[in-house]
Amino acid sequence: MTGTLEHIIEVRDMVKKFGSFVANDRLTFHVEKGEIFGFLGANGAGKTTAMRILCGLSYPSSGEIMVAGHNVYHEREKIKRKIGYMSQKFSLYDDLTVSENIRLYAGIYGLGRKEINTREAQLLERLGLTHIKNRLIREIPLGWKQKLAFSVAIFHKPAIVFLDEPTGGVDPITRRQFWEMIHDATLEGITVFVTTHYMDEAEYCDRVSIMVEGRIEALDTPAGLKQSYESRNMNEVFLKLART
Amino acid sequence: MSLILDHIDKSFESVQALKQVNFEVKEGELFGLIGPDGAGKSTLFRIMASLLIPDSGRCSMLGYDVDKEYRQVRQIIGYMPGRFSLYMDLSVEENLAFYARVFGTTIQENYDLIKDIYEQIAPFKKRLAGRLSGGMKQKLALSCALIHRPRILILDEPTTGVDAVSRREFWDMLKKIQREGITTVVSTPYMDEAELCDRVALIQKGSLLAVADPSALAEGGEKLLYSLRSGKGVYAYLDQIRQLEGCRYAWLFGDELHVTLRSAADDAGVKKVLDSWQDDSLKWESIVPSIEDRFMGLLQEESDADSEMEEGE
Amino acid sequence: MSRFFGFVKKEFQHIFRDVRTLVILFGLPIVMIILFGYVVTTEIRDVEVGIWDRSMDQASIQATQKIFSSGYFVPAGYLDREEQIGELFRSGRAKVVVVFETDFEKNLKRENRASIRLITDASDANSAQLAQNYLQGVLMNYFQSLNPDINAPWSVQVKSRMFYNEELKGVYMFVPGLMALILMLISALMTSVTITREKEFGTMELLLASPLKPREIILGKVTPYVFLSFVNALTIILLGFLVFKVPVVGSLWLLMLECMLYITLALSLGVLISTSAKTQQVAMFMSMLGLMLPTILLSGFIFPIDNMPLILQWFSSIMPARWFIVIVKNIMLKGTGFVYIWKETLILLGMTLFFILAAVKRFNVRLK
Repeated sequence: MTGTLEHIIEVRDMVKKFGSFVANDRLTFHVEKGEIFGFLGANGAGKTTAMRILCGLSYPSSGEIMVAGHNVYHEREKIKRKIGYMSQKFSLYDDLTVSENIRLYAGIYGLGRKEINTREAQLLERLGLTHIKNRLIREIPLGWKQKLAFSVAIFHKPAIVFLDEPTGGVDPITRRQFWEMIHDATLEGITVFVTTHYMDEAEYCDRVSIMVEGRIEALDTPAGLKQSYESRNMNEVFLKLART
Repeated sequence: MSLILDHIDKSFESVQALKQVNFEVKEGELFGLIGPDGAGKSTLFRIMASLLIPDSGRCSMLGYDVDKEYRQVRQIIGYMPGRFSLYMDLSVEENLAFYARVFGTTIQENYDLIKDIYEQIAPFKKRLAGRLSGGMKQKLALSCALIHRPRILILDEPTTGVDAVSRREFWDMLKKIQREGITTVVSTPYMDEAELCDRVALIQKGSLLAVADPSALAEGGEKLLYSLRSGKGVYAYLDQIRQLEGCRYAWLFGDELHVTLRSAADDAGVKKVLDSWQDDSLKWESIVPSIEDRFMGLLQEESDADSEMEEGE
Repeated sequence: MSRFFGFVKKEFQHIFRDVRTLVILFGLPIVMIILFGYVVTTEIRDVEVGIWDRSMDQASIQATQKIFSSGYFVPAGYLDREEQIGELFRSGRAKVVVVFETDFEKNLKRENRASIRLITDASDANSAQLAQNYLQGVLMNYFQSLNPDINAPWSVQVKSRMFYNEELKGVYMFVPGLMALILMLISALMTSVTITREKEFGTMELLLASPLKPREIILGKVTPYVFLSFVNALTIILLGFLVFKVPVVGSLWLLMLECMLYITLALSLGVLISTSAKTQQVAMFMSMLGLMLPTILLSGFIFPIDNMPLILQWFSSIMPARWFIVIVKNIMLKGTGFVYIWKETLILLGMTLFFILAAVKRFNVRLK
């Protein structure tokens, strides 16, 4: 199996077991290049487990999985170079400054000094953070922090960026600004793989999958899902599917 | 009044966490404190739980001052902190029994109060709390906060990070608790939950933006909010809408755009432009703002005021 | 009472469910005592000794024989001039030189006192001190056996060391010291960590918001460790007795009581640490650096207090372990009664009260 250009993530019969517990039960789906793919599910439905495998952080028990054209079994290092990752829980180092955080991540991905300098300046300019670039992360508001974290996660122009509940606890305006940033990233050709508990955010995705107890129960465009489940919004779709 | 917060100020070093926070909660009310992370919700809840003393202002619970009469306050409140704060290495049952003991009661004594909630997690009562799913943890924490039949229940962000299904169930439980006559104050960053409260306070950067019941909040302000839908998806229109003369703000809102006009008179002009875009699936209509719309409106008015002030300087 | 009992029960559940805690609680003392007992003893072996016998009479020759038959010393040469001492040391062939004065036997018989000079290469101060002590011991033994009535002309320190540890066993020194160290470490470290853990996991917030009083919280947290530390104290004594044949000469009851006092002191120190540490890591760090190192270095456990600079001697007198070691040595090795250790006991008691008061005062009923 080779990952085609159109399918940046290709998953076939992915199974992950912890002892006798099946966290991921034969997941089969693909993510198209350049789309925003919403990965929804109740707590404990197996989202995090699947995401860790796709990011090359853990091995699946079985199944064929290609991420950005690389096999998750023996090309994990290559995968890691081609992806970006951001989560609500861990994004930036609190005790480093804005600028130090950017340079740290750029350095990790092996960007040259000159490139770092110009792109750091561009990034700060675009986010309007130039005046606080020497402030510690812990001193800046959560909304700015999350926007910065996202920018850092795509600083090295990854093929895919994985976002794990990126907007938890953020105020409603910043949340929307964040999603506009996500849209902008797709214009640069970056594929976005995102989880969220805000159901209105599911509407912003091109396609959405909903996991229930380790399986993908539904996968379609938001409009398609609302039609199939005769719902007015994604919240109703989710409640119909996940409520057991 | 069950709970009175009288012009509370609280600072941590150089950061002012709360500025003149002032509201009251009536007996038996389900009161929501809505605001993003870092707005000062947790600080306010810790003051109510007698864990922090305000720099100025007064807070009283059922007439007991949280500073001087904290012992009495601690008898009558049930507190659920923002972070899951039960013992991960104790089982569900052991956690509950421990908190019952701490409050000098037993699980049996108030079992009828927690029965509905506890029965949902009872099948796992031998499981360690650390191994529960997010939703079940919340249910256990709520059971523990209720076990001594408090008169006031204060829940700091009980639904943060919890999926939509568990959140819905959790609010059903809060409604039931309310029927038992327990006054409940709950904070949340999810705007949609505000509609489930009797009254809400909107908070941002330590200041209250508004205190009202949800429907009154929605009716306040001029009717300038419109929704735009399209069969082709609305994101593509966002920038164009923002360029329009009559558009004050425009934001994504689920599968719609929510557009605030500068004045009611701008409606006709916008409609004309929309027609010229030749998309038959476009749907433009005046709507009643939700809490989230109101909150965003208040946030923007505030930031507009801030930038005007900066310009004035 | 039920409230308190519930708390203690919960605390025991924490302890018995955490393998790491159990290992530290019960494994550490056993490992340490065996390690110290077998490996890091202060026993000396085959120390090179030079002899400058200026009288060469029967007494001095016999004494020399005694030295080399003790098993600890080997001859490095016999000298006849003062300058040779320096040469011997410089070439590293000897650590100690024993000088018998002229007319040694005559003086001994006539005046009941004779002098032996012990010259030590003190470039390695510790082993020098040790070798010297051992030498004195050997010589003392010999002269005592000659005439039990003779009052030994050696220093007081030698007396206490030699009289009560006649086989010159290092373990004897180490059991009291180890007891002081382990009890301090376990009690203070464990309590400070267990209390800060509640802070770190946010459960302290719930406890504070409940009707529990600060002293109920502290007592509830500490009580299980009183029991467990006591078990530890018994384990150490038992191990000392069974493995290293260190007896308890004095009253076991008195020893137990003193142990309880010391444990209480260590626990209150742990509580005090927890009032200023926010995380388990900080608490552990403070306990290790603030308690363990000073206890090892300054209590007289390994390095003799008399050898310390004056300022460190002052420091050592605020080390609880220093006084506890004196107490334990007295009871275990000398078999003395309370009359001889009341002063040290009083010091420990005072320290305990101070720490308890400070801990309760600093323990906040609110969050900071």
